Amino acid sequence: MNAPDIQKTGQLTGLLKDQLRNIAPVFTLLALVIFFTVASSSFFTMVNFMNILSQISITAIIAVGLTYVILTAEIDLSVAAVANAIGITIAYFTLQPDYVNIANLPLPGIIAIALTLLSALAFGLVTAFGVTWIGIPSFIMTLAIMQIANGVSALLVRGQIAYSYPDLITMLGSGSIFGIRWTIIVAIIFLGVGHLVLTYTRFGRYIYMTGGNREAAEYSGVNVKFIIGAVMVISAMCSGIAGMLAVAYFGSAQQNQFDSYLLDAIAAVVVGGTSLFGGRGGIGNTIIGLLVLGVLNNGLDHVQIDSFLKILIRGLILLTALIINVYAQKLKETE
Amino acid sequence: MTVQSNSGGGLPPLLELSGVSKSFGGIAALKDVDFTLNTGEIHGLVGENGAGKSTTMKIIAGVYPDYEGEMRVEGTRVHFRSARDALAAGIGMVHQELSTIPDLTVAENVFLGHQPLTKFRTVDWARINQEAARLISSLGLDIDPKIRMGSLPVGLQQLVELSRVLFSGARIIILDEPTSALSPPEVKRLFDVLRKIKADGRGIIFISHFLDDVLEISDTVTVFRNGRKVATEAAATLNKDAVISHMIGRGSIGMHMGESAELTGDDAKPVVLAAEAIGDGKLLRDVSLKLRAGEITGVYGFMGCGQIELARALFGKIRLKRGRLVLNGSPKAFKSTAAARGQGIAFVPENRRMMLFRTEPVYKNISIAILDRIHRFFLKPKSERAIAGDRAADLQIRPPNTNMMLGSLSGGNQQKVALAKWLTHLPKVLILSEPTRGMDVGAKEDVIRIVKDLRDKGVAILVLSTEPETILTLADRVSVLRKGSVAKEFNSGTIHKADLLAAA
Repeated sequence: MNAPDIQKTGQLTGLLKDQLRNIAPVFTLLALVIFFTVASSSFFTMVNFMNILSQISITAIIAVGLTYVILTAEIDLSVAAVANAIGITIAYFTLQPDYVNIANLPLPGIIAIALTLLSALAFGLVTAFGVTWIGIPSFIMTLAIMQIANGVSALLVRGQIAYSYPDLITMLGSGSIFGIRWTIIVAIIFLGVGHLVLTYTRFGRYIYMTGGNREAAEYSGVNVKFIIGAVMVISAMCSGIAGMLAVAYFGSAQQNQFDSYLLDAIAAVVVGGTSLFGGRGGIGNTIIGLLVLGVLNNGLDHVQIDSFLKILIRGLILLTALIINVYAQKLKETE
Repeated sequence: MTVQSNSGGGLPPLLELSGVSKSFGGIAALKDVDFTLNTGEIHGLVGENGAGKSTTMKIIAGVYPDYEGEMRVEGTRVHFRSARDALAAGIGMVHQELSTIPDLTVAENVFLGHQPLTKFRTVDWARINQEAARLISSLGLDIDPKIRMGSLPVGLQQLVELSRVLFSGARIIILDEPTSALSPPEVKRLFDVLRKIKADGRGIIFISHFLDDVLEISDTVTVFRNGRKVATEAAATLNKDAVISHMIGRGSIGMHMGESAELTGDDAKPVVLAAEAIGDGKLLRDVSLKLRAGEITGVYGFMGCGQIELARALFGKIRLKRGRLVLNGSPKAFKSTAAARGQGIAFVPENRRMMLFRTEPVYKNISIAILDRIHRFFLKPKSERAIAGDRAADLQIRPPNTNMMLGSLSGGNQQKVALAKWLTHLPKVLILSEPTRGMDVGAKEDVIRIVKDLRDKGVAILVLSTEPETILTLADRVSVLRKGSVAKEFNSGTIHKADLLAAA
């Protein structure tokens, strides 16, 4: 091998190392799609494709905010609980049918939506305050917020189930346009705007730099506390909006109906290859992660498989993704 | 050969090194060193950074097993393979950075790693507390062994660590910069304890930059320079000037760059940033400084003198507990580094890792501090790259490709990138901590040229360093910090390295 060749291979392995976190999820996705297409005739169809998109749309909205948080090397464990509380809040501000026995506060739709968004903002601000101002690690702080949000949910519905929401929410959550569910369109808008902000704005750059080396960002005069506070607020807002749409999507608002969303959202971000150590990854990765999870969840329904085994398989996939995530980080550091 | 001094009755000395040399990758760090420590002796060890003090101590403490020459402990030839070996032979070391655990009690700290056990293999708390109390009071101290280590002042924590070393049975005790964080009464208490230990028949090696302290406590003083031992004399026959002239070898070699400097402080130049009696409640006690436009103010001091805190206080990284900052005549309190940057203050910390994003390309490292000047919300990749390219060209960053990953640049070029990020829009005040540390000669000269250039453009520059050469090469006026306060100011006239060392 002569010198240029060696250099070329060096560059290639360098590129592979560099891109491992981006390449591995794509291969996982392709492998899953091929596997399910072969294993089941009903999997690779347009109808099922739209099904998958619809199934991941709520998670996708939550995952946008979570991607921001994880890029700064923080974590938000309250996303599902906040989504639940905000979903219930919108129902609380809406007139319910007579048979729903909830002492609620019906308001005109637009005011109800505004107040509910403010509640989501409040959750975000409290988290941001705790993490940046008081200095509580986000892991603990959002654990507390998760509990608080669950408490809010419990108090508002008191074990009951609510069914009515403002028209706009009902339309976006359960309606469709040109045969495409609105939740898919909303999710695509969130992912798109999320991506544009991360890639093309100063704020986005600060998020990456804060996650990449917080100390260096601070010594470069970046207001690190503001950045971290802001991503916490963004995450709560995304979760809140996802929660509002989801109650319409589900057709009911009640306690504990978002339990699987915390794990799904974190899994989507991490499986997609965004570094848990911050500074690497992005919305593109999250989209791949969402599709991997969506294909996996949906595909397992199309093949003859023990439904209890499904849970185990999801766990194993997540573990594999975590190993790749940490391994890619180490490769990066040893360079 | 060394004079066999009063080892009464022909007993061999406690510790003896003869002809010890050590090199790192072909570069000699220690050349043919002889050193003797006698029973009941406090032996002071002085020399500039890099003179060979630490290397010698690390050989004695078993950290460097690879060396030439001979070491004897009480006449027996030894060659330690590890710090554990040295400890077993009765050599204990108290490092400058305390290794105590603040959340454990004093007694637990004393017995760290070898707690006595009861017959049921549980920790024998009664014995730990009793023994610790006995040990501590035998040093003439009054500390409750059951209180939390972290609640003690640093001086007492250090004494607890010392008692841990004593407890482990060490007969040869090495103290590295024990007085650097201590107040005068704490130093006095430490010295009382050391005299007790010495009377006990142990030997102490006392390493310090504080020459007054060394001369006060030591019986004998050894001076290192450039990896050689240049003098061993009785402390009583020495004074500070004599020690300094041994340390820097005045008269023997010609004047090097950075041996002396002509100061040109000009009080007519406008004050840009003034610190008025600022302190952080910890290492930074009481510092007043005036940074003037078009001047480089040097701050010299030993490690732990409050320099690091001073730089951060001026850049809004740590909060002031006392005093205030005045920027262009109006009082300012920087709530964050972003606020300080917004007011035109720039800072390059002593450690490049703190400042740079290793896994990001060079241009992002340069543009991070000026993104808001390019556009309020959006990135403008073209102008961003153009600006970064200009800076890279100005500062001759090599290679000139700003898409390169920062981590693949050499140390000197990384330092230039750290500077480059502040130079697109000239700051009012530029704070540089150790700007040339660990750089090769070429890069060093580049940085010096860049800094002087900025001064000539009217920037008020503060250079903080523990290396006198750096200060003397760059500064127009100098303040010497000592234990968190300004010990001395030099504004004009000729100043020598010896003056700095004497003042610190």
